[in-house]
Amino acid sequence: MSSMKVKAKEKDGIVEVKALIKHPMETGQRKDKKTGKPIPAHFVQQVIVEHGGKTRVSADWSGGVSKNPLLFVKFKGGAKGEMVKVSWTDNQGGSDSAEEAIS
Amino acid sequence: MNKLIITVATVAAISLAPAMANKKATETTPDEDLKAYQDYFLKRFNNEVPLNDFQNGVYAVDKVSRENWEAIEEFPPYEPFIDEGEEMWNTPFANGKSYKDCFPDGPALRGKYPYWDADRKMVMTLPLALNECREANGEKPLKYKKGPIASLLAYIGYESRGQVTNVTVPEGDADALAAYDAGKNFYFARRGQLNFSCAHCHFESSGMNVRSDVLSPALGHTTGWPVYRSKWGELGTLHRRFDGCNRQVRAKAFPAQGEEYRNLEYFLTHMSNGIEYNGPSARK
Repeated sequence: MSSMKVKAKEKDGIVEVKALIKHPMETGQRKDKKTGKPIPAHFVQQVIVEHGGKTRVSADWSGGVSKNPLLFVKFKGGAKGEMVKVSWTDNQGGSDSAEEAIS
Repeated sequence: MNKLIITVATVAAISLAPAMANKKATETTPDEDLKAYQDYFLKRFNNEVPLNDFQNGVYAVDKVSRENWEAIEEFPPYEPFIDEGEEMWNTPFANGKSYKDCFPDGPALRGKYPYWDADRKMVMTLPLALNECREANGEKPLKYKKGPIASLLAYIGYESRGQVTNVTVPEGDADALAAYDAGKNFYFARRGQLNFSCAHCHFESSGMNVRSDVLSPALGHTTGWPVYRSKWGELGTLHRRFDGCNRQVRAKAFPAQGEEYRNLEYFLTHMSNGIEYNGPSARK
């Protein structure tokens, strides 16, 4: 089961990509209420949106982004039916990606 | 959608909440109340919000937060919980029976609750009925504010979408009317260190800001439960929200599914008669 849901729509030559990434996005500042120990930082550091073999959007994130982040980005030059790939990597070495056809 | 401006004249003319507070609850009937409340809110928002739109709470009356809400609804955060609830509904209890045996009409049950149980002389709510089903079949009851009960309610809510709120206070039943009035009194009574009543925020100040939030109108408050609140990062039930609202005016909260909150739910849901259920929903 992917951690992501992706939608991509093309209108007037501009593709809008919407992605929901399921991720705890822990800042590292919170403490476990029961043990009092800090919850380790665990957040997405980089998100890349690729299309046609090129990187269209690259985002560098920090713990300042909320849990289960929602990303909306636009780029020029995609056509219906072509594939868009969204991938992320986090500070604990985790990663995931998902591909979706532009509609 | 244009920003809805609440004119001073409208507010002055329809200062219903203080007027209600001066009357005893028993001076107006549930039918009279229903008409008064719905007219109040329709007028307060300049007749620009159709009755059924109040099911979307603050997003029916505030343009900016509506945009954010529509963005979140692209990937509704409550969806995974509907699936969890469906699994719960379809999984038999240890004794082999299931929710279907208690509720043969289910899972589209939302529209039946809350109702006045004349035999037991109490308001029956959906979460209470679900737990009574569990206990009757040897299962442990679920906690009422969050967790599995909310997922089960999300599935039931989703299947019930479109059902119309229709809470009745049976004619001639003094106990039912007393429960309704208890709920109404609760709603308009001041409480807590901050000394606010529910009506202070959700009637008089609805559509206005409290710090950075816009206050939702009371009309339509009961249709979208359970709610995925971004603040909670998960689903919560109506009684969870009652609890939070009481705490935030620094009043002691009452037990979830206790008599006070069930009577409150009875009164509050009645106010939304005619509005479609649209649970589960997302809020900030």
